[in-house]
Parts: sequence; structure tokens; C-alpha cells
Amino acid sequence: MKIAVCIKRVADSETRVKIAADGKSLDEAGVKFILNPYDEFAVEEALRRKEQAGAGEVVVIACGSGASQETIRTALAMGADRGVLLETAAVPADGLAVARALAAELKDGGYDLVLFGKMAIDDYNHQVGPMTAELLGLPCVTCVAHLDLAAGKGTAQREVEGGMEEVEFPLPAVLTVDKGLNEPRYPALKGIMAAKKKPLEVKPTTLGASGLEVLAMTPPPERKEGRIVGEGAAAIPELIKLLREEAKVL
Amino acid sequence: MSNVLAILEQRDGTLRKVSHEVVTGARRLADALGGEVHAFVCAAGPISGVDAAGRHGADMVITATNAAFGSYAPEGYARTIAERAQAGGYAAVVCAASAQGKDLAPRVAARLGVSLAADITDVGVDGGAVVVTRPVYAGKALLKVRVASKPAVLSLRPNVFTPVERPKAGTAESVAAAGEGGRVVVKGITAAAAGALDVAEAPIVVSGGRGLKEPANFKLLEELAHAFGGRAAVGASRAVVDAGWRPHGDQVGQTGKTVSPSLYIAIGISGAIQHLAGMRTAKVIVAINKDKDAPIYKIADYGVVGDLFEIVPRLTEEIRKLNG
Ligand SMILES: Cc1cc2nc3c(=O)[nH]c(=O)nc-3n(C[C@H](O)[C@H](O)[C@H](O)COP(=O)(O)OP(=O)(O)OC[C@H]3O[C@@H](n4cnc5c(N)ncnc54)[C@H](O)[C@@H]3O)c2cc1C
Ligand SMILES: Nc1ncnc2c1ncn2[C@@H]1O[C@H](COP(=O)(O)O)[C@@H](O)[C@H]1O
Repeated sequence: MKIAVCIKRVADSETRVKIAADGKSLDEAGVKFILNPYDEFAVEEALRRKEQAGAGEVVVIACGSGASQETIRTALAMGADRGVLLETAAVPADGLAVARALAAELKDGGYDLVLFGKMAIDDYNHQVGPMTAELLGLPCVTCVAHLDLAAGKGTAQREVEGGMEEVEFPLPAVLTVDKGLNEPRYPALKGIMAAKKKPLEVKPTTLGASGLEVLAMTPPPERKEGRIVGEGAAAIPELIKLLREEAKVL
Repeated sequence: MSNVLAILEQRDGTLRKVSHEVVTGARRLADALGGEVHAFVCAAGPISGVDAAGRHGADMVITATNAAFGSYAPEGYARTIAERAQAGGYAAVVCAASAQGKDLAPRVAARLGVSLAADITDVGVDGGAVVVTRPVYAGKALLKVRVASKPAVLSLRPNVFTPVERPKAGTAESVAAAGEGGRVVVKGITAAAAGALDVAEAPIVVSGGRGLKEPANFKLLEELAHAFGGRAAVGASRAVVDAGWRPHGDQVGQTGKTVSPSLYIAIGISGAIQHLAGMRTAKVIVAINKDKDAPIYKIADYGVVGDLFEIVPRLTEEIRKLNG
């Protein structure tokens, strides 16, 4: 099985968001960057499928600045065979621009499976995977939480409102993965050492024009100061009164 | 062209409620652009409830029928919608950032060769261009984005665009959609619990955390949710989902669902940053926690400090009284 996994370097969720001087982006000073958590599930799934097949290759592909090399090394330390960095100055807000670059790289790769995270935890875009699939003309299932693969086809389960949707699809395919699909391994020391020697190809890339122009990044509106209504069950009548008369939600 | 195509959602032949939010958002945008709203739904046959689209401001409702469109058919729906968007020369295509919309919108946008502004919480027009707001970094910042592409493809975060009644004539028509359902085939949906509301869509969410002590105690929360008369869903923190007390579909937060209900009640939840990521846009937040210094109180509008096992049953009783 030849499997590609598209991975993104993202700011850790613990990050305190400070807006940069341009008023449009994150001030990266002091921010810890990690492999997007959903992409960890994707890397893990690829490794398991390769292990089960007994042969194959897992290639991780990131589009971003040179710093993404570190993210690729994390995936290599988990066990991926090689990495490709589509090096750009910055990653735009526009998922389509990224999808186009990824599709161009994936097009002639001969992959049986192309995996993505269901979303990046920085932009919550939920789009690069299915867009890439459309550009490649491949079938795609998003938010896969359970996966069975057999010869030439697969069955996936994905969460929808109020239940699980069961989906059948032919291979090769693009899948975006959800939490719960597996439990990602931690890179062992041996893996970390080995990762340093694995091939990582850097390809300078120019992204197409973005259809989305960021005008401003602002902090979310402050929630107005809350208050402690009281202690214990005795405070409930007062709470109900506030919810009815002040907040008007009951 | 200043018309807006609003993509409605159906399940089992019935219009889903989130469709009203889509029409409401589309109406707001169409008014700013000076155009019409054309509501569009893919289905196998007539859909019950489509007339409501007219009530919420659709000038026209189009049902695109195809025998393969009973269940969601990702490729067939995307093709049909993209063709309509192109043929109609729309200024914008609007859908919900629901489970289906999150899957569908990127496909439609990619087919049209345009960008997608996903999961937006506000939309307007500035100097003729569509301008949207979308939360990033788990809600810790907002991006204001100008959508340069035509059509502007947008998905709306559920529960944010509260439906308003804006009656329009709402003429209805049905067109046959040609072609196959596609290679990706939805075999069916196994329902979690009959009629259960999803946390991402419920107007009221009652969430529990490790403070509940054991899974059986979630009964307290189910009773409270029930007291709201079918308007509330039970959510959970990751701590209790990871412990296997609650299904993952109930998890609120960064690795779970993002919810924006009008009322969110956090019970026995400390308020970790990753939990807040999923519920900070709730209109009103109530916290019940025995620790008065718990971080959840920093974003709660109202807090009751104390033992949840004493407080929650009393709350349930009072809510029951209210709802008769
Ligand atoms: C990458 C990452 C992603 C994550 N994603 C999520 C996510 O999506 N959602 C999420 O929720 N978490 C997420 N977390 C976990 C998060 O950091 C917290 O660990 C988790 O939210 C804590 O759950 P909790 O509030 O139920 O438990 P605790 O933090 O243990 O809080 C329990 C609370 O109950 C109170 N309590 C105890 N007994 C009582 C009583 N009798 N009456 C009243 N109050 C009582 C306590 O005072 C305490 O505040 C994530 C973490 C990481 C690192
Ligand atoms: N810059 C990128 N480089 C490689 N893969 C990416 C990039 N951005 C997004 N992806 C992939 O697309 C998924 C969804 O991202 P998004 O659409 O941004 O929420 C991620 O989980 C990654 O698998």
C-alpha cells in the first residue's frame, strides 16, 4: 500500500493568542507549534495500514514555511518513510490554494490512499481534504471515525448529527480522519533517531492567488463580567429569575 | 448578478432545522446585495417542510430530484449544486457548516474553482464585496475576511444565524437532476438514540464533566435536559468521554464539537481552555461547580457554587415547573 498523509504545522491549542503588529495574523513569538492533532490520527492510520499490508510506503506531505520540516520529522519519527515539504513563505487563509499545491504533488504519486485530518485546529477550515480530492477526481469520505478496507473498496463510518453515517467507496480514495479512529503512537527514541536520516525533500512552491483576503484579526468580543448568583440549591430560584428576566433565555 | 443560492438540508424526506438558519443568513446577504434568495434542496422526491423556506425569506424554492438523492450523495449533490450555481450566475452560495455541509461545501467550491469561507459567524457586504467573520484558534481570535471569488461560497456555523421570519412569496418548483449519485455511497445512518438532539444543534446544552463522579450520574443531566421539553441535549467534557462514560459525539471542545446554543449549562466541568474552545460562543453560560475558583467561572454569565448533586435536582424541579 502506498499512502500519502498531508500534515500541517499548527499552533498548539494552549497558545495564548496575541495578534501581530499587522493586525491580521498571529504573533508567533513564543508560540509552540505542533503536528495538527487530527493529522496524527491520519499518520497512525497510514502506518497501521502499511503494517497490515506487510509492504508499502507512507509519505508525509506538508505545505508551509521551512519550519514545517520539524513537523515532518515528527511524522517520520512516528514511522513514516519519507517527507515532502512544499515550501512557501506562509500558509494562506484560503484552503483552495493549499489544496491546489497538494493536488499537484499527489497527482502522479500512484497512491492507494491519501489521508488528511478532518480539520486543522488553527483555522477550523474543514476543507483542504475534500477540495484536494475534487481536484484529483478521487472519491472522498470526510470525518472518518471507523474504517474497513478490503480489496479495492472500503467502508467508513462518520459522525453526523444524531448518529453515525455508513459510507461505501472505491479505492484509491481520499479520506479525512476524525478522533477515535485510532490511538496515535508516541515516537520512540529509536524512531526519533531514525527520522533524522529519513529522506525529506524540500520543493520551493508558489501558491496561486488567494480568493480570501484577510482584512483583520481581532480578539473575540469580551464576555461581559459574569457573576456568582449564590451557593447551593438555595440559589436556584434567583438563577431562574435571572435567566428569565435578564438573560431572557427561558 | 446579486442573487444568493441557499442550500437546504433534508434527511429522510424532511427538511432539517438548520435549513432555516441558512435561509436566514442568505436573506441577510441578499438584502445587502439587493438580490433574491433561491433555496435549493437535493432530494429523491418532494420534501416536507420546504414551504418554511419562503417564510424565512426565500423568493423561490427549488427541489432537485434524483432517485439517488434520498440519502446524502456527496458527489451527486456537489455536481448538481455546482451546475446550478454556475447556470444561475449567483453572487453567493450559502450552506450550513453541519456534518453534511462541511463535507459538501468544499466539494462545491473546488468544482467551481473558488475559495470557501467556512464556518462563518457573520456576513455582510462592504463596497460590493462579501465580507465574513470566522473564528480561528479555537475561538481565541476572529478573522474578518473579504471573499474575492465569484460566487462567494460560504458555510454558516450552526445556531448562530437565528431564524427570523421574513415572508416571501416563495414559489416552489421541482427539477429533475441528471446523472449518478456518485462513487461514494451513503448506506444509512444508525441513530444514536431515537429523536435525540445533537449537541451541535440543540438550543440548550447541559454538559457534564468529571464532577459527575460516575457514568450513572449522568441520569441527573438527562433529567434536566428532559425538563426543557425536547429543546436540550446532554454534552460532555473530554475527561468523561475518554473515560468511556459518554459517546464521543457528545464531546464539546476543541477535539469535540463546537456549540453555540442560547443556553449552555456546565456541570462539574472545570473549564479547561480546550473545553472553552467548543462553547465560548454560547449566548448564555451557566456554571455549577463546587470550586469557586474553577476557570469555568471566568467565562460563565451566572454561577452557582456548590455540590452539583444537591443543585442539579433542584434546578430540574424548577425548570419542570416553568415548562408546566
Ligand atoms: C489536545 C487536547 C485537546 C483537548 N480537547 C478537549 C475537548 O475537546 N473537550 C474537553 O472538554 N476537553 C478537552 N481536553 C481536555 C481538557 O484539557 C481537560 O482535561 C478536560 O476538559 C477536563 O474535563 P473536566 O472538566 O470534566 O474534568 P476536571 O478538570 O477534572 O474538572 C472536574 C470539575 O468538577 C468539579 N466537581 C467535582 N465534584 C463536584 C461536585 N460534587 N459538585 C460540583 N462540582 C464538582 C471540580 O471542582 C472540577 O472543577 C483536551 C486536552 C488536550 C491536551
Ligand atoms: N498547509 C498544509 N499542508 C499540508 N496539509 C494541510 C495543510 N493545511 C491543511 N492540510 C491538511 O488538510 C486537513 C484539513 O485542514 P483544514 O482544511 O485547514 O481544516 C489537515 O488536517 C491536513 O491534513
